[in-house]
Parts: sequence; structure tokens; C-alpha cells
Amino acid sequence: MSSASLANTASSGTPEYYDDLIKKFVIASAFWGLAGFLAGDLIAWQLAFPVLNLDLEWTTFGRLRPLHTSAVIFAFGGNILLGSSFYVVQRTCRASLFGGNGLGSFIFWGYQLFIVLAATGYLLGITQGKEYAEPEWYVDLWITIIWVAYLIAFGGTIVRRKEPHIYVANWFYLAFIITIAVLHLGNNASVPTVLFGGEMTKSYIVWAGVQDAMTQWWYGHNAVGFFLTAGFLGMMYYFVPKQAERPVYSYRLSVIHFWALTFLYIWAGPHHLHYTALPDWVQTLGMTFSVMLWMPSWGGMINGVMTLSGAWHKLRTDPVLRFMVASVGFYGMSTFEGPLMSIKAVNSLSHYTDWTIGHVHAGALGWNALVSFGVLYFLVPKLWNRERLYSLRLVNTHFWISTIGIVLYISSMWVSGIMQGLMWRTYDQLGFLQYSFIETVEAMHPYYIIRATGGLLFVLGAVLMIYNLWRTARGDLRNEAPIGLDSQAAAAAE
Amino acid sequence: MQAMLEKNVILLGIATLITISIGALVQLVPLYTMETTIEKVDGMRPYSPLELAGRNIYIREGCYLCHSQMIRPFRDEVERYGHYSLAAESMYDHPFQWGSKRTGPDLARVGGKYSNTWHVAHLINPREVVPESVMPGYPFLATRPLSADKIAGDMKTLSVVGVPYTDDQIENAQADLKAQANPEMGDADAMAARYPKATMGDFDGNPAVITEMDALVSYLQLMGTLVDTTSYQTSPDGR
Repeated sequence: MSSASLANTASSGTPEYYDDLIKKFVIASAFWGLAGFLAGDLIAWQLAFPVLNLDLEWTTFGRLRPLHTSAVIFAFGGNILLGSSFYVVQRTCRASLFGGNGLGSFIFWGYQLFIVLAATGYLLGITQGKEYAEPEWYVDLWITIIWVAYLIAFGGTIVRRKEPHIYVANWFYLAFIITIAVLHLGNNASVPTVLFGGEMTKSYIVWAGVQDAMTQWWYGHNAVGFFLTAGFLGMMYYFVPKQAERPVYSYRLSVIHFWALTFLYIWAGPHHLHYTALPDWVQTLGMTFSVMLWMPSWGGMINGVMTLSGAWHKLRTDPVLRFMVASVGFYGMSTFEGPLMSIKAVNSLSHYTDWTIGHVHAGALGWNALVSFGVLYFLVPKLWNRERLYSLRLVNTHFWISTIGIVLYISSMWVSGIMQGLMWRTYDQLGFLQYSFIETVEAMHPYYIIRATGGLLFVLGAVLMIYNLWRTARGDLRNEAPIGLDSQAAAAAE
Repeated sequence: MQAMLEKNVILLGIATLITISIGALVQLVPLYTMETTIEKVDGMRPYSPLELAGRNIYIREGCYLCHSQMIRPFRDEVERYGHYSLAAESMYDHPFQWGSKRTGPDLARVGGKYSNTWHVAHLINPREVVPESVMPGYPFLATRPLSADKIAGDMKTLSVVGVPYTDDQIENAQADLKAQANPEMGDADAMAARYPKATMGDFDGNPAVITEMDALVSYLQLMGTLVDTTSYQTSPDGR
């Protein structure tokens, strides 16, 4: 065990980095990622061909959809966030992980147990019935313990740092850990029925109706804001400069980015409840702050993309960097689309339709998954002490296959979402509603097939990645011509 | 300021916590304290034991992932689904089930729109009654006996979080559950007195067993029927 970690202590003055632990997170992230993408693609096909629900209670869309969302957000995303944060915090603080392998392993295995408990619950129908917060009370309590341990390990490592300043990536990771804790506790406040003679695995949320709706989307939107954005921005702020071998574009911009993002994001939740029974003043506040949120989001995007200043040519030869830069591009696109959809007039059309699903996946596939793939490709050769990846050409194939998959996904959802929204509100010449609901469902069919095909390409890309990472870890090197050599040679000749 | 924060992780953490708290407090706290958040309406009551068991099945099967329960105040929605939803109509919902996606239609006022027979056939195989439907079939609901011997525990828990169940209602949970699903088996009048407007009868066409189908259909038939929206007056500010 320790021989691999000791390999990183060679130079004098460098503390011992617990990299075996990070290897585990890397493997778990790749594994759960594939499982989550597969579940997602299966339910996409179910919407096109409902016979795939199999008439069994464990395989219906209603039970598999939380399995998909939790697997990709909390299992795939969570493992890469925890693993990469431990990698980054040790190196940027020049300190070994607080609590060492003991606390680290507890967090790792405890987190995997959380995933398994939550997932098996969904299949059996054990759920709180709140989106992205489906796990029941006993799973919520368990993850609270793990999360506190995570905060101690991460914060403790920063406390024992040998650098005077805390690096920007760690601000974002810290905001992610703290805010997710607050959201989790607030949104999941519940009373187990077993305390009053009811079932063991059931609880009732203490909030009701309109207040519960607001609490849920305060949580739900900020799970996006702090789990899928702040945490992943932490990854961006470390791995993009590393891979591009350039410093972060602007320190000032990163300070503004951080504080503006943390302050503004938390207000945006009510845009999920436009025109509902939520009081109008909250809706208007939510819309206003959602539009303002565009600015720090693009500030962050600019900071990430402009980090490539002077290194743009590397995009020709380095498909790993291509993953990272494309992900920041998708981040910029979806954080433009989000404020647009939060405007009440736009939302009146887009809400309840597939446009929302497309928007989520522009962010989740384009931003979260692509940057995670970039980080996995970065980490595996480093952690397993390999000269390079098994095949950069395969990385390139993965990049294009998944990008085409994303484009199929989001463009089909734009069309189906806007079309359905328009069909719902279309009147005929006599002033009657033109379409029955089921006619609008029927119209979705071709787009559901296109979407599921896009998803399938994304799954195939992930399979290629796992094969490539596995061969890399084994120490294999594919004999292949370097990427972009011709154009590079041409550039050099000029 | 920033120079100080980025050298001290405790201060950085506290500053972050304060930064995220402002928006949360401004948007959440007034919803609990302002009286205008929930309209004053007549007719709202807690779910009957059978309806509650049905609602638990609705949650268990993840129906909220494809069906909303929130009609927005637009001409087309009001014509398609009925009067727009009021905050008061979900005041006893722990958790709320407004949903976020309409892969299927809104269900906020589905109660009474279709017969029990239609619901049962539709839930067993949606394509039998709506050929283009993409909804999963739930044939197992019709055959599985409802496991609700602990439903009084659910009602007690809900009363702890604020649902005004009376002791009388909690004590008679089992009797009321049976009476609603099969009025000849219990004191239907007492049940109706405790839960006005409850739909009674054998929902699934099988009087011998109270199934999960009975419970779910009783919940669907209740949805949106409690408040008389024809008598509801909007306040001067439009809400």
C-alpha cells in the first residue's frame, strides 16, 4: 500500500501524499459514471418505447430516474469531487491529508455505502419523494456523518498547510462542502414514522406545501450551484492551469468570481416555481438574481478559458486539454441558457417541458462530465506513475463521440421542449385548445429516439475511456502517431 | 479583507456561511411568517387513511417525476386542467408533490374526472385505454394487498409535523380505511363525517381484498376536489 504513496515523497521537503486513496475515488468515479450513464440511457429508451419498463415495479421509469440522477450526480460527480479535492488540497497546501489513510478510507467506504444504501432504496421504492433528495432519513443521517468527516479531513489539511495562502481551487471546494451541508440539513428535516409506530423506512418532511416547495428548490437549485458548479469550478481552477501549464488568467477575477457566485447563487431557487402558488415576490426575487448570476458565471468561464492564453496551440495536440476547454465552453453556454429560462415569460413556455431536461444535460454532460473526463485522464497516469496515457488517439475519439452525443441530446430536447410548450398553448380558429395532451406526447417520439441515441454515444465514449484508463493503469502504451503532428510541423515551419 | 480570508480557513468558512445565508433567510423565513402566503379557503382536510396510503404509493412509484400537481394561471392550463392551484390545496402535503416535468398531464384536479374502472385499467396497462401513452404499467398494484396496518403511525407522525389529525381520526384509522374501501364492511357514515368529500366504494372491482390499487385510486379521485374553487375570490392584489 504505502510503496506507491511513498513514491511521491522522493524530493526532500515534500510531504507524503495519500494517493492510494485518490486511486480508489478515481476507480469508483469511473465505475459509477458508467452505471449512471447506462441507467440514464435506459430510461431515455423507456420514454421512446414504454415496453422497456417491463411491467415490473423495480424497473419502471419512476424508480430508475432517481437511480440515474443520484448515480451521475452523487456517485460519479461525488467521487470525482472528493477524490480530486483530496488530490488538490494536499498539493496546493504542500501538506499530507489530515487524518491520513484511516479517515480517508472511512470517508471513501462510507461514501460508497451511502451510494449503495440510496440506490437499493430507490429500486425498492424507499424514497422521500423530493427530487435529488430522495434518500430516506437513515441514509440522510449516514451521509451527514461522512460529510462532517470530509469537512474535517479537507479543512484539517488546509490548517496544516505550508503555503501562506489558500489556493483558489480550495475556496471553491470549501464553499461546496459547507453549503451542501447546510442545504442537506435544511431540506431533509424529517420525522421517521417508526418513532410513532409506523414503518421503519418511511419519514415525513417537516415542511409542507408551498414552504416545502421553496425549501426543496432552494436545495435543488443550489445542489446545482454548489455541488455541480462550485465543486467543479474547484477542479477547473486546478486542473486547467496544470494541463495547459499556464497560471490562472486573473487572480482578481477569481476573487470576484468566488464571492459573487456564492452570494448570488443561493437566491436563484424560486425560478423553478414560476407561476406556481409560491408568492409572486419570491418568484420575482428568484428571477432577478438568476439573471444577475449570468455575470459571475461568465466571469468564471472567462477565467478558465483565458488561462489558455499563450497555450492555445496545445488544443491541437492535447485532447485532454480539449475536454477541459470544451467543458468550460459548455459551462458558459448552459449558464447563459439558465438565466434566459429563469425569465418568467420564457419560463412560462419552457417549464414542465423537455427544454429543462436538455438544459440540465448541457450542464451535466457538457460541463460536469467532460471536465471530469479531463481530470480522470489527467490523474490516472500521475497516480499510477505512468509516462503517459495508453492512447491519446482514443481520448480524441472519446472527445468527438461524446460531443456528438451531447449535441444530439440537447438539440433534440430543445426541439421537443419548445414544440410541446407551444402545442400545449395552441388554440384553433374556434378558440378551443388545438391539441389534446396525448397528441403532444405522440409528437415527442422521434426526439426521444434521437435523445436516447445521443445518450448511447455518450455511454460508448465512457466505455472507451474506461478501457483507455485501464490499459494506462496496467502500464501499456499504444504505439501510435502523435495527434496534430502535421499541423504542428506546418506551424513550426512558418 | 480577501488577504485575511485566504490565509485563515476558519474565517473563510464563516464568511462563506454568512454569504450563503443572506439569500436563504430572505426567501425562506417570510414564507413561514407572512399570513398571505397561504390563502384562507374552506374545505381543506387531512388525507383519510386510505388516501394517505395511496399518496405514499404515489410517492413510492415516483409519479411526481412525470406528473405535476400545480396548475399555472394561464388560459390554456385552466381550460385543460381546471382552476389554477392554490397554495392552500397543498398545505397538508409533506412533502409537496408539485413536480417539475409534464411527461404526462397535470394531476392537480384529476379527481372525479375519470371513473374508477378507467383508472384501474389505465394503471394496469396505460396503452389499453390510451394507445399512444408512454407511461409504465403497474399491474402489480391490482394484485398486491395493501400493507397499511401501521397507517396510524403515519398519521401520528404527520400530526407531529403540523397536520391537524384528531385523536378520533388516529384511533379509528383502521376502521376508516376499511370503511372507505368497502362501505359495507364498516361504519361508512362515521368515516364520511371524519373525512368530508371522501370517495367511498370498492375502487378496484375486487371487494374481497383491499389492494394497493384501491388506495392509489382513492387518492387520485380526491385530488383537487376539496376546495370549491367556484366560490374562491382572489384578493385585491390578484392572488
